[in-house]
Amino acid sequence: MDPPNGMLWSLYANVLVQGVLTGLVYGLMALGLSVIFGVVRVVNFAHGEFAVVGMYAAFVLFRSFGIDPFVSMLPIAAVFFVIGYGLQRTLINPFVSRPEHEQFILLVGLAIIMVNGTLMIFGPDARSANLSYSFDSWEIGAIIVDKVRVYAATAALAVAALLFAFFRFTATGVAIRACADNLVGAAVVGLDVKKLYALTFGLGLACVGAAGALMVTLTDATPMIAPAFTLLAFTIVIIGGMGSMTGAIVGGLLIGIAEAMASVLIAPSMKTMASFGLLVLVLALRPQGLLGRRA
Amino acid sequence: MNPFATLARLVDEAPRRALLLLAAFVAVLLVAPVVLDRYLLSVFFLIFWFATVGQAWNIMMGFCGQLSLGHALYVGLGGYVGALFWVKFGISPAIAIVPAMLVAVAFGAVIGWLGFRFGIEGVYFALLTIAFAEVARIGFDNWSFVGGAAGFFIPVSSAASPVNLRGGPMLFYYVALAMMIIAFILCAALRRSRLGHAWLAVREDAEAARALGIDVFRAKMAAVVISAAMTAVAGVVYAFYQNNLFPSQTFDIARSIEMILAPIIGGLGTLFGPILGAFILTPLGQTLIALVEKIAGRAIPGVNLVFYGAALMVIIWFTPNGVWPWLKKKLGIPEGRE
Amino acid sequence: MKTTTAITRRTAIAGAAATLVAPAVVKAQGQTLKIGSLLPRSGFFAQAGQSMHRGVLAAPEMLKALGYNVEFVHIDTESNADVARTQAERAINDGCHILTGAFDSGQTLAIAQVTEQRQVPFVVNVAAAPQITEQGYKFLVRNFQTGGQLVTNGLRLIKDVMDAKSIQFEKAVFLHANDTFGTAQRNAMDAIWPRVGLPIQLVEKIAYDPRAQDLSVEVAKIRSINPDLVMCVTRASDAIKMVRDMVRQRFQPKAIISPGSPGFYDEEFYQALGPLADFVLFGLPWANPKSNMTQAFEKAFVKANPNNRFAVDSFNAGFAFEGMLIAADAFKRAGTTNGPQLMEAVRATNIPEHVMIGGPIIFDAKGQNPNIGSALVQNLKRVPTVVLPKDVALAEPVLPFPAWQGRS
Repeated sequence: MDPPNGMLWSLYANVLVQGVLTGLVYGLMALGLSVIFGVVRVVNFAHGEFAVVGMYAAFVLFRSFGIDPFVSMLPIAAVFFVIGYGLQRTLINPFVSRPEHEQFILLVGLAIIMVNGTLMIFGPDARSANLSYSFDSWEIGAIIVDKVRVYAATAALAVAALLFAFFRFTATGVAIRACADNLVGAAVVGLDVKKLYALTFGLGLACVGAAGALMVTLTDATPMIAPAFTLLAFTIVIIGGMGSMTGAIVGGLLIGIAEAMASVLIAPSMKTMASFGLLVLVLALRPQGLLGRRA
Repeated sequence: MNPFATLARLVDEAPRRALLLLAAFVAVLLVAPVVLDRYLLSVFFLIFWFATVGQAWNIMMGFCGQLSLGHALYVGLGGYVGALFWVKFGISPAIAIVPAMLVAVAFGAVIGWLGFRFGIEGVYFALLTIAFAEVARIGFDNWSFVGGAAGFFIPVSSAASPVNLRGGPMLFYYVALAMMIIAFILCAALRRSRLGHAWLAVREDAEAARALGIDVFRAKMAAVVISAAMTAVAGVVYAFYQNNLFPSQTFDIARSIEMILAPIIGGLGTLFGPILGAFILTPLGQTLIALVEKIAGRAIPGVNLVFYGAALMVIIWFTPNGVWPWLKKKLGIPEGRE
Repeated sequence: MKTTTAITRRTAIAGAAATLVAPAVVKAQGQTLKIGSLLPRSGFFAQAGQSMHRGVLAAPEMLKALGYNVEFVHIDTESNADVARTQAERAINDGCHILTGAFDSGQTLAIAQVTEQRQVPFVVNVAAAPQITEQGYKFLVRNFQTGGQLVTNGLRLIKDVMDAKSIQFEKAVFLHANDTFGTAQRNAMDAIWPRVGLPIQLVEKIAYDPRAQDLSVEVAKIRSINPDLVMCVTRASDAIKMVRDMVRQRFQPKAIISPGSPGFYDEEFYQALGPLADFVLFGLPWANPKSNMTQAFEKAFVKANPNNRFAVDSFNAGFAFEGMLIAADAFKRAGTTNGPQLMEAVRATNIPEHVMIGGPIIFDAKGQNPNIGSALVQNLKRVPTVVLPKDVALAEPVLPFPAWQGRS
């Protein structure tokens, strides 16, 4: 039985709003992956695992010290930046010039360690941050939006904007972009490529750490969701265009909307099919992704 | 091309030392069940199985340079087709491997066509293969004719019937061993064929290959299709080994990843790599489980897998091209030959 | 000779594995029964697997007190059918005379392949796929309800609670995870709902992707239908997502009742939702709070797991323990660890006093226990509390639901 027409439209509107808001947070998570790929040319196959560690970090800070994840996302991003910088300097850098499949094994190994490490430390139970306003929502006409989703989407946009500004207006940001555009040229003019790579990896992880903190306000952390996040980020980035920052946000939005709408129009159990359908379509029509450039 | 002539040439061309080694290796595996207990038989089944699918995957990635991260698709398709023919029509899996291969080939062809016609390459192509595997998972989850997410079941019977893949671990040991050997010979023949040379040319530089007059699209398509067919056969065997199929496990991306670890660890693009990789990784996983139990006195969930992940990182760190090329040097087998 | 290095290397690997399982050679001494407990304690099903494992940890003391002589081998199946299968082989090599497990139907069937061929009894503790007892396994019994039984009993309990509270539901929606368990439940629902004749209009059945990150869209859809009864079959943490989105979207049904599924009674559910976890109802086989053995088991459980609440784990832990009990009891009667003879004893099981609600534990020709009862359980002050049937109830059911808002 279908609901009456008026109800139907309010359902679509509600679902659309939810898709947009969730999509923005997904976008931030994917942004980290895109930045790293765009510059360092490494696909971080442990990306979702880092997001989950970010979720657990925010959970612990909230549970133990009562720090709101919307605040703790900043220190978490900072720590993730340091981790990323260190990782690139030690583990990843020797693999930058190695073929993709070898990077893949390295990062899959890391991912397995992270999934099972979080299982050993935190156990298998789902963890979430119960903020005092976790369950609040606004009612605007026929549309109901929950507060945390709006906050999370806004914060995601803010972090993305900061990153955009960094790449556009700071000397380091411009240098990193130069690295991405022309590695040899960058090395010739004397840029410290190794350091810039480490900075980039750090920034990518900072993004995903912040996204993890936001995510823990929306959903629950379990060790086992990590691979799903990796796949999600990967899909978004390919749709938006590997290495394109705007592409990641646009991709996140598209996936958010497509999955939400497919749930109501087709069937909830088939919703991920919508994102893969979208992916195949984009690949066929624009193999470099919506906003990507031809390699 | 006469297959026997090819085989004879293969034997002819291979270095003596390698041949001796190979013969000894096969002989040991043939008689091994005399001393192996049932646990080890079941471990060896997994080794052979992963070596076979690794070999199949290696055709696409190792020979032709096309990264597939969705090979669980072909395992699942093969498994479901084989099981369906047996359960619904009583047709032996020995026959059903043909339609199983055909279905896998059809899907492989669609993926290949999409990918290669539209110039989708590298990680983009990899994600395309994941997308198809995931769509298949969701599709089978929702397809009630094959039981949907509730699973599809093959009835167990105590009557052994090797042709119908009904029997104990000994049967599956030899079936999987045969599969591994056939896959190896097939890959050895393919690599030395015209097609094999075309693949290597495409892998090294597609543009240059085109300039040499190689039909790049056709070469790539052949790689996908052959790889899919081989994987589907392994899928049929696996379905009859476990007697049940669940889309969420069969088509899982974790499965696809598990399948490609062995050929990369063993040595991408080599013939022994997938086999060696499987002989390292499967026992490693099993040994770590037993080791943790021995040392800690009980299973601590997660610990063995942490070490497994670390082992992957260490191996790839120290043997960049995989273990086989390194081992080959140690064994004194000349470069370029296996 | 360099030729041999490869061979020794290979045999060394096999040998290393062989040495580790060497105690296998030491066969049963005839006095002690060695039970292998296979559970998914890591991977996708880790949450449930570890909950069941806590019941296994409480078992030795209980069984000793009851005069049984048993020892245990704990095995993690990693939520992976391949691992479940090889580890079942290894457990038997290690001298296990009987196996129990394995929460998930896929892994359970992987183990069944091994026990069937090796003629070792296998007591299934939790796994609902009907096929497990329909595929013709001779060395397997199941002390758990099939999907169909779960739903039949669940729906009957819904009827009972409607009568008991003289409450009417007009419209219902059925929401279920599109996974192995959820689909089995859905199939049972399709078959059984029309036959039960509940005076409720079942408006829609919604399957959701078990890998979904939230259920906001599903809840939005339910909200637009506006049913007063939501029936659901969730998987672990999905239950949290469902309730959370219902509260956020201000959707207030008269009742949420699960006709048999995990999720609502896990510690994570109470931790994540606090007072919002209360009043949800579920019909499930449950530990009988009025049985002496349950009370004794509770003490053993708390001693073995000081940081966990028995009430919350009682479903998983109870079935895990009963699996052990069935094995120990059969061994006592058989007086041997010989597989076929032990299996005969398992089939002849008749245990009148045990932990879970229902009649004596017995097994029919297919190896299914037909006597497992279901209870309607409601979360009251964050404790799952039996509210029906009357003879085992500890409290009155609260219906319709108090509003989400203003709970503390």
